Amino acid sequence: MIYRESGQYKTSYLNDSQIFPIKQDRYAVLAFIAFAFLAVPFIATPYFFSAILIPFLIFSLAALGLNILTGYAGQISLGTAAFMAVGAFAAYNFMLRVPGMPILLAFILGGVCASIVGIVFGLPSLRIRGFYLAASTLATQFFVVWCLTKVPWFTNYSSSGVITAQEVKILGFHFNTPEEKYLLVLAIVCVMALLAKNMVRSTVGRSWMAVRDMDVAAEVIGFKIMRTKLTAFAVSSFYCGVAGALFAYCYVGTVEPDAYNLDLSFRILFMVIIGGLGSILGSFLGAGFIVLLPIVLSYIVHVTGLPNSVTSNVELMVFGALIIFFLIVEPHGLARLWQVAKEKLRLWPFPH
Amino acid sequence: MQFFFEVLIAGLLSGVMYALVALGFVLIFKASGVFNFAQGAMVFFAALTTVGLKEEFGLSLWVAIPITMVVMVLLGIATERIVLRPLVNQHDITLFMATIGLTFFIEGFAQLVWGSTVRKLDLPIQDVPIEFVMERTGMLISQFDVIAAIICAILVAALAILFNKTKVGRALRAVADDHQAALSVGIPLQHVWAIVWAVAGFVALVAGLLWGARNGVQFALIFVALKALPVLILGGFTSVPGAIVGGLIIGASEKLAEVYIGPYVGGGIEGWFPYVLALVFLLIRPEGLFGEKIIRRI
Repeated sequence: MIYRESGQYKTSYLNDSQIFPIKQDRYAVLAFIAFAFLAVPFIATPYFFSAILIPFLIFSLAALGLNILTGYAGQISLGTAAFMAVGAFAAYNFMLRVPGMPILLAFILGGVCASIVGIVFGLPSLRIRGFYLAASTLATQFFVVWCLTKVPWFTNYSSSGVITAQEVKILGFHFNTPEEKYLLVLAIVCVMALLAKNMVRSTVGRSWMAVRDMDVAAEVIGFKIMRTKLTAFAVSSFYCGVAGALFAYCYVGTVEPDAYNLDLSFRILFMVIIGGLGSILGSFLGAGFIVLLPIVLSYIVHVTGLPNSVTSNVELMVFGALIIFFLIVEPHGLARLWQVAKEKLRLWPFPH
Repeated sequence: MQFFFEVLIAGLLSGVMYALVALGFVLIFKASGVFNFAQGAMVFFAALTTVGLKEEFGLSLWVAIPITMVVMVLLGIATERIVLRPLVNQHDITLFMATIGLTFFIEGFAQLVWGSTVRKLDLPIQDVPIEFVMERTGMLISQFDVIAAIICAILVAALAILFNKTKVGRALRAVADDHQAALSVGIPLQHVWAIVWAVAGFVALVAGLLWGARNGVQFALIFVALKALPVLILGGFTSVPGAIVGGLIIGASEKLAEVYIGPYVGGGIEGWFPYVLALVFLLIRPEGLFGEKIIRRI
């Protein structure tokens, strides 16, 4: 009863093609965004911003990127972190070498560089698919990190290979405190999520899904496989690149190429799988889950007062077990749980 | 020229070790279509359990190995029952993620039980150059590597007999071919999977012992699995001979590239060279060297 769309008639094409066609959805999303922008900065503590909210938003963006590639276009990738690294180091170099570079433009250019790398490493997907592709995307992962470590130009000849992100400044306003950085990240994530939501229901998005469901059939009915797969790689890498740049500039500050390792790629893949393949909302839910899980786990394990060596291993075990558990209970991810809940709420309290 | 051959042979022999790990992947992929990322963790776990039993309980190696074998079989059966059975008929990638979860679990469990210090594993094989070869040709070839290669050959022969000559092997091949058809002619799918996981556990044990003796039993053994992936894509996911040949190619080319190309680009190319090689290869033959030809219909 809380949730009903009866009486909402779509009387124009404009109404029909809205992103959130149901009024309650629209208001809920608007209220949520307003809450995130207006209320959260006043109630959250600095720890909350820098340890939970900022990483959550950044990982959501990366998961969104991977979800476009894996969930919508059906190409499994284990090289997400590499694209993030490209984004971060490209943004760093643009800021460093181009005087007066606006930071937002640097983020975008970082994303574009990641896109180009994505297209290059996406080329094999035209020939191979499935796990062969997944294993070969590892080439991206190892090659890019190796390249960034070995070519000193990328890190501005820093002896330790670590780069320190420049100050974030937009139109004379400095983003220094966690709170300000949170707002910046939130704004970028909101815009990009909205774009993604729109993109996946456009021609491009539908062609991705056609290729995902069966590429041979899609080709037969006239989709250009090459263009479709490569745009998926490009868009996905763009998102990952921007996320990587935000990771460096708004989250960690100083970063080395090794921070973007295989482990990070896996973590983002976990977010996508646990959140739900092929769902924008799922990327956020999955990111929230994977960001919060270790924090909650280490807190719980810490309370038990066991020695450190034991707790870190118990954490690993519980993390692994929980992932298996979630996959067994809901293989379609948290987004499906949300959908089921919505279906139930439409009828509640009546059974049918 | 002699140096070239020395590098080549060392590469081929280390390729045998990669092939051992890849073999475990192939077995499971063939029989259940699961891409088992946990193979590396299983290698680590097997090696650590053997060493742990040997050091903590003072058992001799010949007692510790059978006990580890039993543990690995139990692990295989438990994996089938707890992880795979509820996930039957799920998307491939879901199963793949489940095995990554399993990797975390095994890593945590192994280190919780046996601690995370680097341990030394002494096999009764010496890692010294073979004198005979050294006298004749002046090349340094490790006795250890040669014995590892022989063990690998025996293992492959045993697996070939198991697959081709026994009733269990026939069931395995039937399941690999078509789950549903196998099920409908009365092959117990779950038993077959448990057997495959147990056999993969055994292969992991052999690989773990050899790798452990070579590099010390430590967490880094898990990354050996990552080296096995290009071997797999090169050889084909479904082919045992492919795993061996792929391993040899990857091992040899990796060492040669490191020695002859590495110095020009700053070294450390061992990490990605196998992948790029495999990738280039895949562009020519998308199903790997020995993989089944993929025919796609609408």
